[in-house]
Amino acid sequence: MAKSNKPIFWSLFAAGGTLAAFLAPVLVLLFLLAAWGHAPSVLSYANLHAFAANWLGKLALLGVITLFLWHAAHRLRVTLHDFGLRQDGRVALVVYSVASVGTVLTLLYLIRI
Amino acid sequence: MSRKPYVRPVSKTGWYFKHPRYLRYMSREVTCIFIGAFALLMVCTLERLSKGQAAFDSFMAALTGPWSALGLLVILAFAVHNATSWFNVTPKALPVQMGEEFLAGKYIIGAHYAVWLVTTVSVLLFAGVF
Repeated sequence: MAKSNKPIFWSLFAAGGTLAAFLAPVLVLLFLLAAWGHAPSVLSYANLHAFAANWLGKLALLGVITLFLWHAAHRLRVTLHDFGLRQDGRVALVVYSVASVGTVLTLLYLIRI
Repeated sequence: MSRKPYVRPVSKTGWYFKHPRYLRYMSREVTCIFIGAFALLMVCTLERLSKGQAAFDSFMAALTGPWSALGLLVILAFAVHNATSWFNVTPKALPVQMGEEFLAGKYIIGAHYAVWLVTTVSVLLFAGVF
């Protein structure tokens, strides 16, 4: 059977989409409250730093951010095809590269905290 | 094959305006742009957080205002659209067989909405919104 890397990207897309379905609205709401001038206490420096300093918090942030990134990258690849951009190879390279850089940066920042 | 095959002219870039169903499909697909943008916003927040209190506080101050609120409201709308469209197809993605019958889709969808509600309220409680 021919080998394909599709299952890897597809499972990241599915996992990220499920996680985004459950968590993205409420997380966006927290930022929206902050933009509105009613920042929830978790978005204060002390509380967010304490959350990200804890290994369980690091794991949660890493999981949420990277899975959102890989979900968006894979779906955007397919969607750009639907919008008429027929250069799948290049599109895949760009979107997966952005997701990879985002993953590495998230890891780096979490280690620094 | 016929000598003069009929090729139906389809616009590569505007085909989804031809039918409301196609437009609804595209509305679900483009949610990924907003999920991705929000993920990048979280990466930036972490970067500022790792740079210390002054950097983080000025970032959050810059985020406060009507334009970012409007942008986040649009992101919220698409995030909710992703959630509802994702949950509404769960009976097809995760069919539950009980003996000869399949569990009615409304229970599978309902269970997802219930977990979504509990998750949302839990995060809001944890975040100190209430």
